[in-house]
Amino acid sequence: MRKGFDKFIEKVILACGLLAIVFVALIFIFLLIEGGSFFREYNVLNFLSGKFWYPTSNPAQFGILALVAGSLVVTLGATVVAVPLGVMAALYIAEVAPAGIKDILKSGVELLAAIPSVVIGFIGMVTIVPLIRTTFNLSTGLSAFSGALMLAFMAMPTIVSISEDAIRAVPWAYKEGALALGATKWQTMYRIVIPAALPGIIAAVMLGIGRVIGETMAVMMITGNAAAIPQSLFDPVRTMTATIAAEMGETVKESSHYHALFAIGLVLFIITFTINFIADTYLRKVKK
Amino acid sequence: MIRLDPKKSQNIAFALLLIVTILIIVPVLMIIGVIVKEGYSAITWEFLTGMPKDGMRGGGILPAIVGTLSIVTCAICITLPIGVLAAIYLNEYAKDNLLTRIIKLSIVNLAGVPSVVYGLFGLGLFVMLLKFGVSIIAGALTLSIMELPVIITTSRQALNSVPYSFREASLSLGVSRWQTIAHVVLPNALPGIMTGAILSIARISGETAPILFTAAAFYVPRLPHSVFDQVMALPYHLYIISTQIPNMPKNITYGTALVLLVMVLTMSLTAIVTRFYFRKRKRW
Repeated sequence: MRKGFDKFIEKVILACGLLAIVFVALIFIFLLIEGGSFFREYNVLNFLSGKFWYPTSNPAQFGILALVAGSLVVTLGATVVAVPLGVMAALYIAEVAPAGIKDILKSGVELLAAIPSVVIGFIGMVTIVPLIRTTFNLSTGLSAFSGALMLAFMAMPTIVSISEDAIRAVPWAYKEGALALGATKWQTMYRIVIPAALPGIIAAVMLGIGRVIGETMAVMMITGNAAAIPQSLFDPVRTMTATIAAEMGETVKESSHYHALFAIGLVLFIITFTINFIADTYLRKVKK
Repeated sequence: MIRLDPKKSQNIAFALLLIVTILIIVPVLMIIGVIVKEGYSAITWEFLTGMPKDGMRGGGILPAIVGTLSIVTCAICITLPIGVLAAIYLNEYAKDNLLTRIIKLSIVNLAGVPSVVYGLFGLGLFVMLLKFGVSIIAGALTLSIMELPVIITTSRQALNSVPYSFREASLSLGVSRWQTIAHVVLPNALPGIMTGAILSIARISGETAPILFTAAAFYVPRLPHSVFDQVMALPYHLYIISTQIPNMPKNITYGTALVLLVMVLTMSLTAIVTRFYFRKRKRW
């Protein structure tokens, strides 16, 4: 009786273990079916390289180049800001901060991770956006730049905590060796610790980028939602995620617009899948 | 090139690192501070327990609070048992083979899928194909899949931190593998699993994109009767009133943000404190 139950529960456990594979496959298949049917009526190349996203005009145009450019500009901007700051904070927390302060700082970073994206978006709308408008004398502060700043802030928890793990995983013997040779703590950090932790830091950066590309609500509220290829950082842009979120509610189900949005989802899925795959490869290196 | 004294350059570098860290932490406190200061005046009993009025420019936000609570409760009830069992599989049963690697890779990728893509998936599978409609259950299922990788990862860490000798002691007494897990490993991993679960609840309470097309309604001035009802949700409501409604009284927007923030941060802080407490109390 007991043995039978054990066998049963172990089967359930195995099934649950396999569910992660099932869900990834299901998501991919769904996007492929729903998005793929769009390509039967619309050329893939026109979709990827078309500059105009006019889903409701007649004839409709579904070129996502402007949306990809929007995502790219915002993501690059956020990465440039977030990576140096995030890694520096991780260094401080892992190597310099006294024990008591370390816990407080780590909790602070965790609180930042807990603030919902819609709240960050709202705060960005009432603080950063007007600030950018007046500082740079723009017609609107809803721009790629404002979005990049907010996203840099949102990517911080990912970059800080994963880099910090990587820095702490550097074996003590490495540091002791350098310190014993008379190197200062800082020399040890940038000559020994950072190079040794680099694969983990790269993984942290990749995961941070993945987070930024997928971010939806804050971006939709802050970047101004203009589906045109930006000429400067201070132009309003529209990202792929914002397009899906803003337009799905208004489309007719099973229309080409509906399928086009799934096709954008497919593009996003492929991008984040690749980024995560690379990050995971680097993380595996760290564990070895 | 001027060579700085190593000691001096260390002081400069450490000061710089400290400044950057402060630069990241201070805005967090400022965001919380601003929302508390501006939203505090809106918080009344009527605001928390009333229906919205005047095109959401007045009245309360009860349906949004109840909506979020129902979606999140359903989601965690679905995802927690599945996630913990999956973690048990990975930590206690899985061998180091190709299948395990594929499972781990799937978990990593599941964690990286953008939230709005989960929304699309939920729309396609639960709302359209399974015909649940835009409803609490469709939103909860979508969120539960999204949260699964997080639950699995945190639970696995908790299971992994239980010393191997505990299992050996139990197994050597002739106790079966599952009995060992159920009576020895799980109870010791429970605090870690609960901390992960609370953090997950906090996270999904604030998610907007996955419920955008699966559960959330613009305006439903009544409470849900079943899991197949469409509901208002706090994060979505905040999005609506801060972007779509002209002439929105400022304190109501801030008040809504405050309620959401208090919900989310209370849970996160509980989790953080619990973790500290159990880490100190651990005897092995």
